[in-house]
Amino acid sequence: MSTDLATPPPATPEAVGHHDVADQRKVAMWAFLGSEVLFFGALITTFLLYRNDVGDGPGAADVFDIPFTSVSSFILLMSSLTMVLAHHSSMRRDWRQMRIWLLATALLGSVFLAGQVFEFTEFVHKGLTVSTSPFGSSFFVLTGFHGAHVAVGVLMLLATYFISVSGRFKAEEGMNVEIVGLYWHFVDIVWIVIFTIVYLLQV
Amino acid sequence: MAETAHPHPTPRDYWLIALVLAVITAAEVAVAYIDVEAVVVPLLIVMAAAKLFLVVAWFMHLRFESKTYRRLFYIGLASAPVLFGAVLFTFGVLIGS
Amino acid sequence: MATLTPDVTAAVDASPAPRGGIWSWITTTDHKKIGILYGVTSIFFFLVGGIEALFIRLQLATPNGEVLSADAYNQLFTMHATTMVFLVVMPLAAAFANYFLPLLIGARDVAFPRMNAFSYWFFLAGGIFLTVSFFVGGAPDGGWFGYAPLSTQVGEMVRMDYWALGLLVLGVASIASSVNFITTVLTMRAPGMTLMRMPVFVWMIFVISFLLLFSLPMVTVGLFQVWTDRNLGTLFFDAAGGGDPVLWQHLFWLFGHPEVYVLILPAMGIVSEVLPTFARKPLFGRSFVIFSGIAIGFMGFGVWAHHMFTSGLGPVAEAAFALTTMFIAVPTGVKIFNWLGTIWGGSLRLATPALFSLGFIFLFVIGGLSGVTHSIVPADSQQHDSYYVVAHFHYVLFGGAIFGIFAGIYYWFPKVTGRMMSERLGMWNFWLMFIGMNLTFAPMHVLGLNGMPRRTYRYAEGLGLDLWNLVATVGSFVLAFGVLVFLINAIRSWRRGPEAGPDPWDGRTLEWTTSSPPPVHNFDEIPVVEHEDDFWHRKYATDEEGYAVRVATDDAAAESTGPPEDLHLPSPSFYPALSGLGVLIALLGVVYVPWGLLATAVGGAIMVWGLFGWSLESLVREEH
Repeated sequence: MSTDLATPPPATPEAVGHHDVADQRKVAMWAFLGSEVLFFGALITTFLLYRNDVGDGPGAADVFDIPFTSVSSFILLMSSLTMVLAHHSSMRRDWRQMRIWLLATALLGSVFLAGQVFEFTEFVHKGLTVSTSPFGSSFFVLTGFHGAHVAVGVLMLLATYFISVSGRFKAEEGMNVEIVGLYWHFVDIVWIVIFTIVYLLQV
Repeated sequence: MAETAHPHPTPRDYWLIALVLAVITAAEVAVAYIDVEAVVVPLLIVMAAAKLFLVVAWFMHLRFESKTYRRLFYIGLASAPVLFGAVLFTFGVLIGS
Repeated sequence: MATLTPDVTAAVDASPAPRGGIWSWITTTDHKKIGILYGVTSIFFFLVGGIEALFIRLQLATPNGEVLSADAYNQLFTMHATTMVFLVVMPLAAAFANYFLPLLIGARDVAFPRMNAFSYWFFLAGGIFLTVSFFVGGAPDGGWFGYAPLSTQVGEMVRMDYWALGLLVLGVASIASSVNFITTVLTMRAPGMTLMRMPVFVWMIFVISFLLLFSLPMVTVGLFQVWTDRNLGTLFFDAAGGGDPVLWQHLFWLFGHPEVYVLILPAMGIVSEVLPTFARKPLFGRSFVIFSGIAIGFMGFGVWAHHMFTSGLGPVAEAAFALTTMFIAVPTGVKIFNWLGTIWGGSLRLATPALFSLGFIFLFVIGGLSGVTHSIVPADSQQHDSYYVVAHFHYVLFGGAIFGIFAGIYYWFPKVTGRMMSERLGMWNFWLMFIGMNLTFAPMHVLGLNGMPRRTYRYAEGLGLDLWNLVATVGSFVLAFGVLVFLINAIRSWRRGPEAGPDPWDGRTLEWTTSSPPPVHNFDEIPVVEHEDDFWHRKYATDEEGYAVRVATDDAAAESTGPPEDLHLPSPSFYPALSGLGVLIALLGVVYVPWGLLATAVGGAIMVWGLFGWSLESLVREEH
């Protein structure tokens, strides 16, 4: 493969001895996401097992604020839109637009995280902690892991943004954005499932 | 990174899908307040599945991608309900109840 | 063997990879060196795990043994199993997969060379972390399967924290490897190498990569839950608090059962390469062997609760899992018959690799038969937690996985080192291990059926258990002696064994077309593949009666048929090793929180530095 960074890698993996770098990273990310489905599946299963195990503490109906969570869900959903628009801009090689949409995605993700932090502190004040009951344990560990994934995603978005700003790695950026995008959308999908199963179906 | 020939979604398509997602979310929240459990549960599951499909197929582009990516993801997506359903079954917990 | 053209020599010389020295090993991204790192590290842990076993056998040699206290015994049997499963058999398979998967598919390296190195360093970090526990207050002592609530008991001892965190880190290493191998197989095969033309060993690695990818998540969740139950007061497995310890069993075995197929399939793959080579016949029913491997992998996800038949699953679940467990014997049987069919009618050369392969078949069948008896729920209720189970899994894991791996070591040692191992010492190695193994584990069937329970540090006199325990202990030392012979053979041969040449076994697959050891770039030109067992078909044609007729010399057959191409080697990098160092420090800090928080922060920072350095480095130096 040529060392000229402005030239995209060859498109066809059949080219003798050459492999499509783009395809390789996508294969890797999709394989990883397949694994993550089972990871969150196990956490959700634990929650489903313990959702009514509230011990002496509050239950879902006592603490959940559906309107609030609906708004933060909407925000995360819209971050998927900004993410795909960032990807679209990168494909048209409009790096400035791409950076704007990347920042927007990171911002929306951060707002979602802030909402989660606020929500968690509210729950603690209402008497629901990790150690109150199996319900509390499974709720916080599930949503905590999801939040951690969002945080990692925000870091990756910002890293991609700064790499782009530095101007050094233009040819690779399209694929970076696509890979980060796959991860970001997946984290959004997990929230779609969590919002329905954990929040809406419990009240 | 060159795409094979296929209809690529435009930004307008993406905005449209985002709108649909927002509408479904609003509908979900509304449905959640209905008291009839037998109706609410399947409805919510269907709506969540619809949102999931839209994001995976269009935002993640899976609809237009090579089969390999689809298979990698679907193996995970298909095995999760089967395996975890079996686990919950042994605990006497049916999914969605 | 193809000659080095000036272009190739120039490209290799231009690569910044240092030729030797410790730093070259720390920064290597070459799959072959990483394979050697895995191999040597695993052999070291094999000795550690073996010594742990010998202590167990010394304690159990006589009734009311006084060699070990109960506490020491618990640590030793826990660590023996944890070491053997996670630090020996899995990384030995990784060693072979790393070294040979690219060679077998005609590639120059794996898809992500630095992630490959990262997997090794995380594995090493996990291994060191787990072993350090012995020296700081005690090793994990709750069994390798860490059943709650024993594992979640909060005490002054942090032992099971070492266990949970150590396994988590090892899991990360395995997931990274799995993603790497899956991507490599899907995107880097040589032209003409369709999936069905891939060697069976490659297929088995491909299948276990999926097994790991889809089973590790469940145990990862479970391990976190054990850790939070121990450290954050969560109630996942706390019955008094409303939790259910059986949930842990499900999460563990959802991983644990696919894991045993991860342990055996690579060995089966090795045997599938060795037997055809030494029988000088193609693998009988090759596509059936491949499909059976896939079937075993797939069905392996459907049997996990057969480890839980005594936990109160209920008759419906028990019947279902009994059936699935019986069914999984079918594809396994298919493989056995195909190996036998390979030998039948061939002229089997009984060199050491072939001996170990035959031993594998014999011993694995015994282990498989005892396994099938476990599938019958009422019988299993008697066998569960007895030495009968210990007999079963040692037959399949030692007689199966380890024997298969030893076949691989003897088979591929010439390729890796360029020297032949001693056949005489190999015979001694094999027979000592074979006899020792049977002496050790066959009696355990009897002990188990006579009621000897697992995981108890001593047994009373007069229970009828004395004789066979003594025999088993004697057997274990015979076995150990066999391992010693192996070590002597390996070290002496590496230093001054006779030169092997590129193709000492008249092999069938692509790795034998390269020099021994292969050049850093594997192939001067990527081969174009036209058959399964492509190298064999370039050397031999078949005459009218179906006999092989030599048509090309080794050199001519090894000549590459592919067009020349630009050669780019992955640059070495120290960021993967740095990340491994960071995670080790961070983990040690986490165990000793709160004052360990400083170590966690420092270790975490180092790890993040490593990860960032890695991702920024790719766009400049690597020329893939």
